[in-house]
Amino acid sequence: MGSLLEVNNLTTSFYTRNGCVRAVNDVSFNLRKGETLGIVGESGSGKSVTCYSLMGLIPQPPGKIEGGEALFDGVDLLRCGAKALRRIRGKRMSMIFQDPMTSLNPYLKVSTQIMEPLRIHEQLSKKEALSRGIEALESVGISEASKRIHCYPHEFSGGMRQRVMIAMALITHPELLIADEPTTALDVTVQAQILELIRARQRAEGSAVIIVTHDLGVVAGMCDRINVMYAGKIVETGTAEDVFDRPIHPYTVALQRSIPSLGIKGKPLYTIPGLPPDLSVPIAGDAFALREGLTNGGQWLETPPPMKALSATHWVRECDVVLPELEALNDVR
Amino acid sequence: MSVFRKLSPDACRLPKPERSLARVSDGTSLWKDAWNRLKQNRLALVSLWMIVGVVLFCFLGPIVLRTSYVEQILENTLLSPSAAYPFGTDDLGRDQLIRVMVGGRVSLGVGIVATLVSLLIGVVYGASAAFWGGKVDSVMMRIVDVLYGLPFTIFVILLMTIFERSILLLFMVIGAVEWLTMARIVRGQVLSIRRQEYIEAAVALGLSKRRILIRHIIPNVLGVVIVYATLTVPNVMLLESFLSFLGLGVQPPMPSWGSLIKLGADNIQEYTYLLLIPAGFFSLTLFSLNFLGDGLRDALDPQSSRD
Repeated sequence: MGSLLEVNNLTTSFYTRNGCVRAVNDVSFNLRKGETLGIVGESGSGKSVTCYSLMGLIPQPPGKIEGGEALFDGVDLLRCGAKALRRIRGKRMSMIFQDPMTSLNPYLKVSTQIMEPLRIHEQLSKKEALSRGIEALESVGISEASKRIHCYPHEFSGGMRQRVMIAMALITHPELLIADEPTTALDVTVQAQILELIRARQRAEGSAVIIVTHDLGVVAGMCDRINVMYAGKIVETGTAEDVFDRPIHPYTVALQRSIPSLGIKGKPLYTIPGLPPDLSVPIAGDAFALREGLTNGGQWLETPPPMKALSATHWVRECDVVLPELEALNDVR
Repeated sequence: MSVFRKLSPDACRLPKPERSLARVSDGTSLWKDAWNRLKQNRLALVSLWMIVGVVLFCFLGPIVLRTSYVEQILENTLLSPSAAYPFGTDDLGRDQLIRVMVGGRVSLGVGIVATLVSLLIGVVYGASAAFWGGKVDSVMMRIVDVLYGLPFTIFVILLMTIFERSILLLFMVIGAVEWLTMARIVRGQVLSIRRQEYIEAAVALGLSKRRILIRHIIPNVLGVVIVYATLTVPNVMLLESFLSFLGLGVQPPMPSWGSLIKLGADNIQEYTYLLLIPAGFFSLTLFSLNFLGDGLRDALDPQSSRD
């Protein structure tokens, strides 16, 4: 299958009072039709900014897309202009946001909001749009949809609102769905339902999905491929098997170790020492080596580490960092 | 390594439709909620009825009575209230009852129309400034600052002496001054709403800027605007009566509450009723509007109540 989205050397910066923050630095990846891509990383690693850049949601100023291209079916999303972008956004690609409590307009009925993309992109009449809206709500598992559609957002629970958001995002049958931490604001019991719902809808619609999360457990079960991001750069990319079963980059390994699991009892949970680096200071070498308490060989202190290919699908950024505690943990396992 | 596969196939079955025990009623909008809260506030509710009463009195009264507010019966000057003249007569023998009604019509009319004018200009101006942002915003708000700096009384006196004194000019002058604050308030609100996630979501759905402004931002500003408008009406009425008191407002024989109070103040020693009746109506209306405004604020923004 052909490539649906091709991102090459995307760089996005924010010009703040403390200087220029390079939130996304030279990120490239591609996405085939119907494929699921997971983007994982800590807070501030540039996952969300990558998605916001693709959707044209970076507030400019202070943000600025410095370079690169994002080809969506041949159209460069970063340069195609507001009008062309509007025709793609909400019709061919759409987005689910992190917090369902604030991403619906509190003053408008759900029906008005869910019908909006249909009314502007497909020029449907009110009646047709309403029946499509009810169908969409039913497809995300909301009972009595024909009545509930006339309610206001505050009459829905968090999980139901996220379902409404999913229904809204998928109502125009987009080819690409970007989910920016769709489960972070929900409680654990609802999280699995929402993920399964996204997966089921994806299968039914055949859309490609980019799912952004800091929870490796979330992406493990549903992604075909995974990008691990650190300090605005991709440090490891590969198929889900590559990244989970044969992680190479110490950051990926450390992220995995910090997932609570039922396997090991009585041991303190591993946490990665230190904090991610301050991105407003230019980083010459390996950003991960700058974390406090890490020992490193020092080969990549001055020059940026390159990516190297381990197999056709699995790429990893060079890194000499050794995580001392991880060695000990490995012995236990 | 399968410990990391948190999503095992049976861990998350297809979501069952959520069933709630409560009956799905028709949606209750935030407006309806606010109205329900307002109904709990007795002071605001009494004020609302008071205002309705005064408005009916002033606007329907002259239609029912069919007497003239300019007709002078010179043998009946300065009569105390009686059965024939419930509010008495003034120094030219005109029926004070009908004059209070017509004066109220003028005062309320000025209050409402000037507020609507200021509302329209202020909302459009403030919302555009905030929405386009950047340099446009700076320039637009600096213009407002400059206009704010003009001494209002001198401005009005100038206009009133240069142009012919007409009630239309009065509307325009007051409206032109009152929209400044409205524009500032609306701008502040829009600035904060523009950063809300549902606006981002609307952008992500491919809505045009204009549609987002009209459909998503303005309705969210309306609550604040309504509250401020209710509090602007008494302001404007006060302004009008102040101008009429100085003789710059409505021109005789057309009465307004301001000019009636002026007449009463001139005769306060002998004919107190000439002052008390219009002043009573005026104060009652102002109090009611202020209490209603406060009540609306509490109803529309439950967080700010009880402070």
